Amino acid sequence: MTFSKQDIARRAAQEIPPGSVVNLGIGLPTLVADFIPPGSDVWLHSENGLLGMGPFPFEGDEDPQLINAGKQTVTVLPGGSTFDSAASFAMIRGGHVDLAILGAMQVSQHGDLANWAIPGGRVMGIGGAMDLASGARRILVLTTHTTKDNEPKLVAACDYPLTAVRAVARVITDLAVLDCTPEGFRLVELAPDVSLQQLRQATGAPILTP
Amino acid sequence: MTRPSSKRRDTIAQALDGLTDGAAIMVGGFGLCGNPEALIQGVLDAGARDLTLISNNSGNMGKGLALWLRAGIVRRVICSYIGNNEDLHRLMAAGAVEVEITPQGTLVERMRAAGAGIPAFYTPTGVGTVVADGKETREINGRTYLLEHALHADFALIRAQRADAFGNLRFWRTARNFSPVMATAARVTVAEVDHLLPNGAIDPDDVHLPGLYVQRLVEVTQHEDPFEYRTTRPRPDAGA
Repeated sequence: MTFSKQDIARRAAQEIPPGSVVNLGIGLPTLVADFIPPGSDVWLHSENGLLGMGPFPFEGDEDPQLINAGKQTVTVLPGGSTFDSAASFAMIRGGHVDLAILGAMQVSQHGDLANWAIPGGRVMGIGGAMDLASGARRILVLTTHTTKDNEPKLVAACDYPLTAVRAVARVITDLAVLDCTPEGFRLVELAPDVSLQQLRQATGAPILTP
Repeated sequence: MTRPSSKRRDTIAQALDGLTDGAAIMVGGFGLCGNPEALIQGVLDAGARDLTLISNNSGNMGKGLALWLRAGIVRRVICSYIGNNEDLHRLMAAGAVEVEITPQGTLVERMRAAGAGIPAFYTPTGVGTVVADGKETREINGRTYLLEHALHADFALIRAQRADAFGNLRFWRTARNFSPVMATAARVTVAEVDHLLPNGAIDPDDVHLPGLYVQRLVEVTQHEDPFEYRTTRPRPDAGA
């Protein structure tokens, strides 16, 4: 049995220290918010100028001028603040965001991240991805272990356009939790009933066991 | 040449006076959130062409700055994200619009630098990526940084919730985004405001952008403020 998307998000929430400032990327990382324990004093940062982001508004309370980086309507919690984009990216680039949880198209064993463009595909843009990947104090990646065509996304070296070099600390996939090291991906945790052999077959880089 | 002593303009056309073909225009907004809707329409009505548009997303869903793209008045776009902006995808693929994609933090810092008299700066963002192609790098304290240059504009068109007569501005929630930074980087900043109030109506400690950065004000009380993704959760039962 592999980790479901919910399992990945739940496992990722365990990586968030109480009292920290966290930026959640678009897609799978957004689900992590549902698993942050109440009262853990975690502050969600949104790159468009919001700290202390709350859940989606109740029906009827939505404000088109209060959105997250995915342009979805959100709320702001008591203690939250809004600010301009220069301040928001100074927080990111200046190392004031403790953790960024991001999606990926490829991650290399060295921690290189590719998550903004597919070669030959249409360019969606960079947005805040490069600033987050190079600026946040710790980068956690959530992704499926392979592409829809069963190509490994965890590789020895990325061949997709890079977002940042030597940025990713840890990767959580449907198969395992792994740390990036120059020698390969170091296994932290296997999903239930996934074998080491299965993991190695699905990975395009060496797997190091503890 | 007469120079109006007041920053207030009664019409959008007056607020955009002096806008010429080929101008570089910064437009506030994160997607459609915080767009100066009336000024965007006003640029179309003024007939200016061959524009350089500097804005984070440059329109979406056929709304906002997508109006400029569809009208064919934009020659060049500097933005950070295209996403599902089909108009820009189409024009970019056809070679009709030149697009420079810049990391979002670098884009806004280039504006900040322009407004603060800093001609260029070093940033860690983009090192080792295509963004670094052709740019000078420098190692400082063991880390490599990219040299990025200040970004100026002829006009900044922004939206604010409240202004006083001097042009001190307050923004609403995440509609602030790039607007106050763009205002510092442009030769002429025009603010489209929901409420234009007398001086003194905004406490000095509550000013988000000091009025010296704003050259013209136009009050627009009605806005569409479209939702891009209207996400909600069900209201809990009030109980019987």
